[in-house]
Amino acid sequence: MSDAIVRLSGIYKSFAGVKALQDVSLTIEQGRIHCLVGENGCGKSTLIKIIAGVYPRDSGSVVINGKEYEDLHPIDSIREGIQIIYQDFSLFPNLTVAENIALNEELAAGRRFVNWRHVRRVAEEAIAQLEVHLPLDARVEEMSVANKQLIAIAKALRQNARLIVMDEPTSALTEREIRRLFTVIRRLRERGGIAFLFVSHKLNEVLEIAETITVMRNGQVVSSGPAEAYDTARLVFEMTGQRIAEKAYDYTPDLRSPALLRVERLSVPGALHDVSFELRAHEIVGVTGLLGSGRTELALALFGLLPIASGQIYIDEQPVTIHSVQDAIRHGVGYVPEDRLTEGLFLEQSIGRNIVVRTIDRLRNRFGLIEPKQVAQQVNDWISSLRIKVADPALPVKTLSGGNQQRVVVAKWLASNPRLMILNGPTMGVDVGSKNEIHELIKKLARDGMGLLVISDDIPELLQTCNRILLMRNGTIVEEILPRATNENELAAKLIED
Amino acid sequence: MSKIFRSNEALVAVTIVLLSLVIGLNNPTFFSVGNLFDLLRSSIVIGIFAMGVLIVIISGGIDVSFTAIGVFALYSTTRILKEFMPDAPIWVGFMIAAAIGLGLGMINAFFIARFKLPTLIVTLGTLSMFHGFLLFAIGNQIIRDVPPAMDQFARSALVRIPLERGVANLHPAILITAAAALIVWLLLNFTMLGRGIYALGGSREAAERAGFNVPRIQYFIYSFVGLLSGVAGMTFGSLARQANPQDIVGMELNVIAAVVLGGAQLTGGRGTVIGTILGVLLVVIASNSLILIGVPAVWQRVVIGLIILIGTGLPAIQARRAAQGGMRSI
Repeated sequence: MSDAIVRLSGIYKSFAGVKALQDVSLTIEQGRIHCLVGENGCGKSTLIKIIAGVYPRDSGSVVINGKEYEDLHPIDSIREGIQIIYQDFSLFPNLTVAENIALNEELAAGRRFVNWRHVRRVAEEAIAQLEVHLPLDARVEEMSVANKQLIAIAKALRQNARLIVMDEPTSALTEREIRRLFTVIRRLRERGGIAFLFVSHKLNEVLEIAETITVMRNGQVVSSGPAEAYDTARLVFEMTGQRIAEKAYDYTPDLRSPALLRVERLSVPGALHDVSFELRAHEIVGVTGLLGSGRTELALALFGLLPIASGQIYIDEQPVTIHSVQDAIRHGVGYVPEDRLTEGLFLEQSIGRNIVVRTIDRLRNRFGLIEPKQVAQQVNDWISSLRIKVADPALPVKTLSGGNQQRVVVAKWLASNPRLMILNGPTMGVDVGSKNEIHELIKKLARDGMGLLVISDDIPELLQTCNRILLMRNGTIVEEILPRATNENELAAKLIED
Repeated sequence: MSKIFRSNEALVAVTIVLLSLVIGLNNPTFFSVGNLFDLLRSSIVIGIFAMGVLIVIISGGIDVSFTAIGVFALYSTTRILKEFMPDAPIWVGFMIAAAIGLGLGMINAFFIARFKLPTLIVTLGTLSMFHGFLLFAIGNQIIRDVPPAMDQFARSALVRIPLERGVANLHPAILITAAAALIVWLLLNFTMLGRGIYALGGSREAAERAGFNVPRIQYFIYSFVGLLSGVAGMTFGSLARQANPQDIVGMELNVIAAVVLGGAQLTGGRGTVIGTILGVLLVVIASNSLILIGVPAVWQRVVIGLIILIGTGLPAIQARRAAQGGMRSI
């Protein structure tokens, strides 16, 4: 068994007494696509950092390409051909694509001067290996996330990568971009014999691409084996330790009751045209489509963030104008954005402050000062009603896991009693367990009378939580789909159809 | 083609042409050789400073202490020359000033690279400190009888064109500015150190991961800026034929404005030598030539302020338009 690139056995690692990894063993074989799955906080990232040589292990053995390493340093790992592609890609936004691909190599070669022809040749070769097209002279900041990822892969290849580790590579990609990424990965594996360690939450993708799967839970490997031995149910069961069966939200709206939200022929030049639909109280309506189909623009337009050129929005059958976020809030509209980290939360601020930020005006006493007792009261109410797992509401929000952060964003909006909530990618980057809890929360809000618009391209999510799904393409709604009248494959096919 | 016209350099160049036309059509003296040489002479010192500031801004930092370094180097060098080697040639003076500048720059570099302190805070502190130390310990009187080498240098000319009345002189110190621009251009575009400066300004974390020695790059940047500032300060004194400890300090915002007008971004990662040269010319024309069309001196500050607002505002608005245009094309 000399064809293993990485062989870890009996790895232990703890941080300040907290056990992050316990007796972890993992073998990554040459030219195999290996998927590592597990919930947030299960130790996946720690394990990657041990392979990268960023964290020293407490005990256990690390063998790379048949060589045992007592102390593995990042430089050793790179020399052995292990390349980690982090979620932020470590690219330079201000430099060109070509320079980003070639820079590390030039640097590693100890060059003092830049030979631009050489830089270009290096980049061209790397791109040719991927068989994709990228504009070499464009700045990286102009590239889409998917292209940035390809640039990061190209960069890794130029450093003689034999194992490429990708951390959550598909979380910001559209269906079509995921296809392209998978094609590139398979090609590199077949022609170059390059192994991949693929860390992901998205179980159907894992099942599609993986040849070997390792499942982690609470810092331990709970199972590992060929991909054929797994299906979604088994993966979910092993990741969470329990079988989770979600019940679909089956609700038939009373068509005679007035619509909570009615949108008529809404148009935004270049983004939306002639979008019309209705949303009633108790309804959860899904909006789906590829990135760029107008799904996010629709949310932005309804929330006053994108100026509407023509069309009319009615709330409670009254025509309203929404020119700004303030207008939207006044009409009882709440919005949970796609990127909660930058748009939805004050990461450095405390959990409690994040929850009350929208309603702080109502927590004043008669002198206009903020009443700490009332604030604490409200914070605790939301933490318990949304079951946010916090050690202390005074800790900064960034200390929470993805699922709990998302709940803080939701709590922030619920505190202002909206009647209509728009959720954009409500479970993006959230692990399976928390995902279910967020879905249950969405359903509960609908049962209590709220109208919800869920924007997502997570097909199982749409089918399980929505009572209707609106499919968007090229800035308009092309079809209304009832979840019980379709299935995952059919909806997936419709989503990527042109 | 349209891409070229949207670039910042083109925008600044067009502004320079328009401003020159407005001034020149109202007062033809603007287009005389004499005035052209005067403008170049006024660009010499600000140009040298700007090359240093450009490097700092590309790396994502800011330096406001360079004027204090300049005047410190000028004044100390003049005193050293007068007291110990009154007959030394001018290049010795430049060497001393460069060495003093380098030393002071290394103090900035030490705090910034070693302790990872914010560059603005460090250089604000050293601006005060260097200037205060100069006035307190080295001298606060204007030196008017400068050593003969400086005096001679001030009167020398690279090109001398006789006019109807008097002569138009192009001062050789313009070569120092040209050399500084050339060196910085080569450094930024053709050395790994230069690319490291851009990389650092683009993403410090990625630069570290890629294997750049970030503290070493910062050491280089702030030391080099110190050296350039020493040379610039000495040049200033040689042109003015005096060493006044109250000169130069106060110029820093004009220099930074010129660099930013030339397209360098305060957030780092972006800026070019050509753009900076254009930015310097624009600021110099605005501050020297508006008087030719009867704009009073106090109003020139307002005009420069306006140019900065428009000059940095327009590209920002354009960028936003471009981003929205991109969204429309989906």
